[in-house]
Amino acid sequence: MAYDYEKSIRPGKLPHIWCPGCGHGIVMKGLIRAMDTCGLEKNNTAIVSGIGCASRMPGYLDFNTLHTAHGRAAAFATGVKMAKPEMTVICCGGDGDGAAIGGNHFIHACRRNIDMTYVLLNNYIYGMTGGQFSSSTPPGHLASTTPYGNPDPAFDLAKLAIGAGATFVARTTAFHATQIDKLIVEGIKHKGMAVIEILDDCPTTYGRRNKFRSVVDMMKRLKDIAVPVTAAAKMTAEQLEGKTLTGVLHKEDRPEYCETYAKIIARVQGA
Amino acid sequence: MAKKIALLQGNEACAMGALYAGCNFFGGYPITPSTEVAEVMAAELPKIGGKFIQMEDEIGAMASIIGAALAGSKALTATSGPGVSLKQELIGYACIAEVPCVIINVMRGGPSTGMPTGPGQSDVMQARWGTHGDHAAIALCPASCQEIFSETVRAFNLAEKYRMPVQVLFDEIVGHMRERIVFPEPGELEVVDRTAPSVPPEKYKPFDTSFGDVPPLAAFGSEYRFHVTGLNKAEDGFPTTKAELVDAEERRQIRKVECPEARADIELNEEYMTEDAEVVIFAYGSTARSARYAVNELREQGIKAGLFRPITLWPFPEKRVAQLGEQVKAMVVAEMNLGQMVFEVERIVKSTCKLGLVTRVDGDPLTPTQIIDQVKEVL
Repeated sequence: MAYDYEKSIRPGKLPHIWCPGCGHGIVMKGLIRAMDTCGLEKNNTAIVSGIGCASRMPGYLDFNTLHTAHGRAAAFATGVKMAKPEMTVICCGGDGDGAAIGGNHFIHACRRNIDMTYVLLNNYIYGMTGGQFSSSTPPGHLASTTPYGNPDPAFDLAKLAIGAGATFVARTTAFHATQIDKLIVEGIKHKGMAVIEILDDCPTTYGRRNKFRSVVDMMKRLKDIAVPVTAAAKMTAEQLEGKTLTGVLHKEDRPEYCETYAKIIARVQGA
Repeated sequence: MAKKIALLQGNEACAMGALYAGCNFFGGYPITPSTEVAEVMAAELPKIGGKFIQMEDEIGAMASIIGAALAGSKALTATSGPGVSLKQELIGYACIAEVPCVIINVMRGGPSTGMPTGPGQSDVMQARWGTHGDHAAIALCPASCQEIFSETVRAFNLAEKYRMPVQVLFDEIVGHMRERIVFPEPGELEVVDRTAPSVPPEKYKPFDTSFGDVPPLAAFGSEYRFHVTGLNKAEDGFPTTKAELVDAEERRQIRKVECPEARADIELNEEYMTEDAEVVIFAYGSTARSARYAVNELREQGIKAGLFRPITLWPFPEKRVAQLGEQVKAMVVAEMNLGQMVFEVERIVKSTCKLGLVTRVDGDPLTPTQIIDQVKEVL
């Protein structure tokens, strides 16, 4: 029997705004399956986003949902989680939203190791505004604001999250649909800041400008560049050139922020 | 039983007022001259099981209090002008999403970094029009440490009652001044909590106007489940571009604060010797202390002077200012900026009385002498 997505989707909110061929829907389905697998209660779950195509996702989902301002998802989510640590808090949003305008909130949420799961949809572009380069657009690629090729180096978002202190960091792509929910499940179950970077496609504003003739071409690229970390261990540097590692990239145990603060409360009240 | 008395700094009184009002979440970022508010909250909140977080920046601090408020907290942040500049984005968010929260602005000079340790009153228009777009504003301006306490309580009450951000502005002089505070007993000052929904969860709409212009607000993590966005939205909380819905929402969000009943409820002024006054000094915050002194001096010199001190700056007390404009020969606005509230006063009294202005922005307070001189010049 086909999986029932509708039980997690708000009645009357579809169709979504995403373009044909956009991978965001694949990610949303993965998120729905993951939340279901974890048995999350709708009333006890908050999904928080910023601004952009990916940030429209919470509006479709039948949970407590908070569509905030550009880049601010992690900071709003921190307030929700601190106020009600018993809630499961999930952020979702794009690369420009999370890592450029929201970069400061993102890295500090990682540093605090606050218990939330950040699903970061990296489609290499500002899609909603029509295809301007983002902080993860590869150098040399074309965008509406890099008509002669992108002069900027790109962020490696998973590395950024690891460097900033996130205690669970994983990556996959919109092509690897079944891995999406597996990694999000691990992220939700992980106590602390979990970042799941999902390499995504934007055929409308990124693909067309960068010689991907079809959505299939873009999906093939995502398939081709992904190398599981386990496989990468047996590959040479040459073989890894141009590839992106996928799977669980980092996992560690470190005190979670709200638990640490709860201990402070207990100590102060006990004194 | 004797009431508890203390010698407190204005900023400390602010924190104690917030706690009295039931504040259980503080999200902040260090900035002079407001930092003591955060320091007291950091020490006190864990004692009552509340939460304090120092965020990575001013915007994050504002975001955290909105998030916490939506999860049911009474949330506070404290900053100064440069911080409020950064927070404007999300003050607008709290306006459109109708999220109760309180923002303290301990005013220093400006623009930009200005004079961090000097007083100023140059953020009063920022409190009205700082964030983009049409929106209502509530801003309170206490002039003593005791009043900082009570106005912080009132700010929470108004935020909860009208479901919106409320700003409390006091200049650095009052923020750092130490005065005797008499702590009100629990229950002595009114403490208001937001109206919770009375409908069953499946019927709940976060912007349901069938209960009036201020829709009941549920909390995340309760039996109610809802969507919040900074986009123009319909009653159900979901984005809309339907002209009639956008228009109705925008107008309601202003009407809920600016209708006559709400104005009367929110307005608070102090008047000193205005009954027979021929000239009224319009002054607020610490400047009103100099103005009061000036009134006494002028009276001794035979000039029938009075003081009008708005404690609620926004909405502007236009009805009472208009009445005074009819009564007096002249009104003199005294403010620690280069003329901001004077535009509002002028709008109201320009056809009824003469208007004078005395300003100061060098980091020192306006003196009674400066105010007296201006009164005599105008008369």
